[in-house]
Amino acid sequence: MAESPQPQEQRGPAGHTRWVRISHWIVSVSFLTLAFSGFVILMAHPRLYWGEAGNNLTPALLELPISRNHQHGGWEERAPFFQDAASPISANRTYGIFNQNGWGRSLHFLAAWFLVVPGAVYLLAGLFTGHFRRHLVPRAGELTPRLIAQDLRSHLRLQIRSATGGPHYGLMQKCAYSGVVFLALPLAVVTGLAMSPTITAAYPLLSGIFGGFQSARTIHFFASAVLVLFLLVHVVMIIKSGFRRQMRAMTFGKTT
Amino acid sequence: MKTIQLLTRRKALIAGLTSAGGLLLTGCSKKLPPTYGNILRMGDTLTYAAHRALLPGQSLAREYSHKDITSFPAIGTTNPGDPKRPRPNETYRHLHSGAFADWRLSIEGLVTRPGSYSLVDLKRLPSRTQITRHTCEEGWSAIGEWTGVPLSRVLDAAGMLPTARFVSYYSYDDWVDSIDLFDALHPQTLLAYGMNGRDLPIPHGAPVRLRVETQLGYKSMKYLQRIVVRNEFDDGGDKGSIQNGWSWYAGI
Repeated sequence: MAESPQPQEQRGPAGHTRWVRISHWIVSVSFLTLAFSGFVILMAHPRLYWGEAGNNLTPALLELPISRNHQHGGWEERAPFFQDAASPISANRTYGIFNQNGWGRSLHFLAAWFLVVPGAVYLLAGLFTGHFRRHLVPRAGELTPRLIAQDLRSHLRLQIRSATGGPHYGLMQKCAYSGVVFLALPLAVVTGLAMSPTITAAYPLLSGIFGGFQSARTIHFFASAVLVLFLLVHVVMIIKSGFRRQMRAMTFGKTT
Repeated sequence: MKTIQLLTRRKALIAGLTSAGGLLLTGCSKKLPPTYGNILRMGDTLTYAAHRALLPGQSLAREYSHKDITSFPAIGTTNPGDPKRPRPNETYRHLHSGAFADWRLSIEGLVTRPGSYSLVDLKRLPSRTQITRHTCEEGWSAIGEWTGVPLSRVLDAAGMLPTARFVSYYSYDDWVDSIDLFDALHPQTLLAYGMNGRDLPIPHGAPVRLRVETQLGYKSMKYLQRIVVRNEFDDGGDKGSIQNGWSWYAGI
């Protein structure tokens, strides 16, 4: 690929290339499935912790009121394991919890394959075709306080440029897409893998860098929350900039 | 023919997919868990095959120190002989009242010396103590110390045949599950009779439970009754995880 932009790109929209469109939609469907099944999985145990271990008998970092399992309190026959007063305890659960993880987990991991494999192909393609360098990563000259403030102001006033139908992105757009592609999605994938007992046995560092299984789970939750937030803003921006034209551009390519 | 290409990307991709499909199809000869045409079970099998193909050999799960031991919820069955249960297990209640002196773990199937092991027999074999993390599919985790005999020791003593591929296990609270030999022979896979320095408590699976540290908690079956070594996959029928809607492989 040439270093300088193609002449046609200077003239007008080039349209999204086919591999961008295909990976966009595969990852979109996969992400929606992951977000849905992830929420179902979280409903089974809506408590977040830090470190390696955390359960209903230990303090939580955050308790989410998202299912009947929230603070259900159904524990009996509390028995200390050791003699001392601060001993960890055992207790029996007497409460029938909400748990749809049978299909929820399997659906989550099935959908994850459609994020990880096309995602990896997309990252390699983006790197080697120069797509990232030319379109996605903000240029050094763009990241000045004045330009950032300017683009931020126009976004806050909801002054959204109409669709170009292709990869000629504004500054906020570049930052958001780069954040999703290079930070949030990879973080969600890696923290997901860091929760696997088999994978972390093989690669203990994977869990270690996040501070343990429960820390990885908590980061996984917040990375997913950021991605859902991005999705909402993304959809609003698509609508504001011309929904039909944008959808056509991302589905069929060139719109002109 | 206008152009001659030895191996196009598309052809390479198709060839790759075909051979991967061939690998999965060998599941029909029962070396992989059955999918019953269910797309979720196909995903489970893909994850299982990928883990076995891509991850290095039997790495040990992280072990912790004594001060890391945490509180530990007991869920699911907390006493198979409890008369308040829908179907209390009378045999278990009888064994419990006799302090499990009459409890026997039978080892059957593809072994040269099938037989049954009392608690004393198991405790006579070389033991292993490990402080590991129990990771529940629900999302919680707990750290506990487990003492028991490695399953590989018992399989060795029973003379497991070279045709063996899977180890099935049955419990007093009516569950059946299985693991492949990779996990069955893992050095941390124990028949555990001790927890946190004492005899295994009833709510945690007395007198003996399985510990499979490389998989989620539900594979570490409580209240063990029977072990069967097989050369083919057995889904355990309506008492097994698959027919209850759960993934057989729980390494993720």
